[in-house]
Amino acid sequence: MQAKEYIGESWKHGILIVGAILVLLPFYMMVSMSLKSQQEIQSISGGLIGAQEVQTFPVCVKTGYSEETCTTKPYIYNYWFAFEKAPIPRYLMNGVIVTLSIFIIQVLVALPCAYALAKLRFYGREFVFSMVLFCLLIPVHGIALPLYVMLAQAGLVDTYSALILPWTISVFGIFLMRQFFMTVPDELIDAARMDGMGEYSIVWKVMLPTAIPALLAFAIFSVVAHWNDYFWPRMVITGNRDLFTPPLGIREFRGGIDSDEFGPMMASIVTVTVPLIVAFIIAQKRFIEGITLTGMK
Amino acid sequence: MGTISLKNISKSFGSTQVLKNLNVDIKDGEFLTLVGPSGCGKSTLLRIIAGLEQQTSGDVLIDDKVVNKIRASERDLAMVFQSYALYPHLTVRRNLETPLRLRDYNSFERLPLIGNFSPNKKNKTESINQLVNKTSETLKISELLDRKPGQLSGGQRQRVALGRAMVREPVAFLMDEPLSNLDAALRVHMRSELSELHNSLKTTFVYVTHDQAEALTMSSRMAVMIDGNLLQLDTPQEVYDNPLSLSVAQFVGSPKINIFSGSSDSSGIVNFLNLNLKRKCSEKNLELSIGIRPEHLEITNQSDENTFSATVVYRENLGSDIFFHVNTEDGMNRIIVRGIPQFTNEISNGSKVNIKRVSDKALLFNSEGKRIQFNNA
Repeated sequence: MQAKEYIGESWKHGILIVGAILVLLPFYMMVSMSLKSQQEIQSISGGLIGAQEVQTFPVCVKTGYSEETCTTKPYIYNYWFAFEKAPIPRYLMNGVIVTLSIFIIQVLVALPCAYALAKLRFYGREFVFSMVLFCLLIPVHGIALPLYVMLAQAGLVDTYSALILPWTISVFGIFLMRQFFMTVPDELIDAARMDGMGEYSIVWKVMLPTAIPALLAFAIFSVVAHWNDYFWPRMVITGNRDLFTPPLGIREFRGGIDSDEFGPMMASIVTVTVPLIVAFIIAQKRFIEGITLTGMK
Repeated sequence: MGTISLKNISKSFGSTQVLKNLNVDIKDGEFLTLVGPSGCGKSTLLRIIAGLEQQTSGDVLIDDKVVNKIRASERDLAMVFQSYALYPHLTVRRNLETPLRLRDYNSFERLPLIGNFSPNKKNKTESINQLVNKTSETLKISELLDRKPGQLSGGQRQRVALGRAMVREPVAFLMDEPLSNLDAALRVHMRSELSELHNSLKTTFVYVTHDQAEALTMSSRMAVMIDGNLLQLDTPQEVYDNPLSLSVAQFVGSPKINIFSGSSDSSGIVNFLNLNLKRKCSEKNLELSIGIRPEHLEITNQSDENTFSATVVYRENLGSDIFFHVNTEDGMNRIIVRGIPQFTNEISNGSKVNIKRVSDKALLFNSEGKRIQFNNA
């Protein structure tokens, strides 16, 4: 390659690298702050991991732990104290229960709906589908208050149901799966009917396995959205800490009598984010496998 | 047994009528081909037989029983699709097993894990395995049983699709253009294999195709459909030799039949170009279309009252045959003549040739396209 071509290529890479740094910088800050001591964080020194000097942490002592326990390296302290101060495993488990329940019920609803909208001929199908599209336009925040009132009337505030029920019908999921089912050949469904499958068997035994790539894409949207959701849990979980989802849990580190301590706070954020990233990496691999295995394209 | 009768079948999609009052009787063990150009309604007819589509009016009878209200899976028919429609997430073995599992296991036995406690399941599983093994040996796909459809070639998928239809031992096979997705060489090969399969199974085959060559080579009878009408139902030879209408004559046969315009005079003598036919037309003073197939025209050196001259515009060499596309002298007709390679090697584009017709082979059609007979025929 000529030197000229190198220059032509390099400015593209330059822009991409700058973009990547901008995107990754907050994550770098998060990880770095979760490892450093409060002084290092406030004076913005110490690079990625800081000096890791053994020291006694005053907030820890004030909370009532012995000085011995509170004297350790910053990264150990940050993570230990994060878990001490808030029941993070409990929050993580709540997050898993809520997001998985939402996703499973969403699939149970969306798949038959999408199948009917894509493959069955019935009177008013186009109208129903246009209503589905219409529902995509309604912002969640617009109907939050009526929803809250209804849940309160039903006595469901401060329960898992309040976290799960409003999200069980995903219009986006129905739309996404319907678009995918449109690409599945009609002959496959006819073959299943000739073999003796009923319509429900077709949805679960034929359409579901072929739809796994699309379903994974939907899973990423759904799980990320509800794992990270702060707005809705904040509304319907008013007092019971046992029902806190991870974003609500992080809030516990903000402010309060002890003033802000960023180290343990960032440590808790890292703990909350890591499961999502791991899940995404696993899903991404399966995502590609799913596409190559269908054998239809 | 495997007789299928269609009585006064009509089908409309909205205001468009795609099938117009069709009556077909399919005999037990017959290889019946539904053939016609795209959009003639042949696939719709097959789907009505299968029960995947409901006819607007008329009856479908299988083994003399009306099955109008019976679901597709309970009609005991098997279907092979153009795209094969194998379950992409299941292995070949599971693909073959699926129709049997759905038919033989009851709903309890189909449950995962606890279904295995049913006392009869073991016997049923064994008989399913035997059937799958037998079928895969017949079709020579035993070594593919553990693969998934995505890992198979087109021809192998075709066999698996056939196998999935065969395992059920249905009363009839319905095939919707099963060879259309294969390459040309494999398609010709599969034609003979399908015929052999039909001979050994002795089951009724209903085969839909737009390819008249497949219809001519494989079927015991062929039904020519155009625009939702059944135009002719007969053996391939009879359809080829004695088409009942101009559209059938033009659809069946490759290259296409040559059509000349002519007329009959007051004594019934048919004339076209500079020629008269020896046989007399049964109807006098009529505008006629005269159809002569390319193989019934010959290139000759002599010039007499039975020949006409023409100019070669295109020479189509197929190896065994050469087809000459020629323009007649009056410029009105572009026709195709078959030549034998040994005698016509030196003829090239632009040459003037004399063309003679083989006697007793012309077909007459009136202006509506109906067949007109000769007097002595």
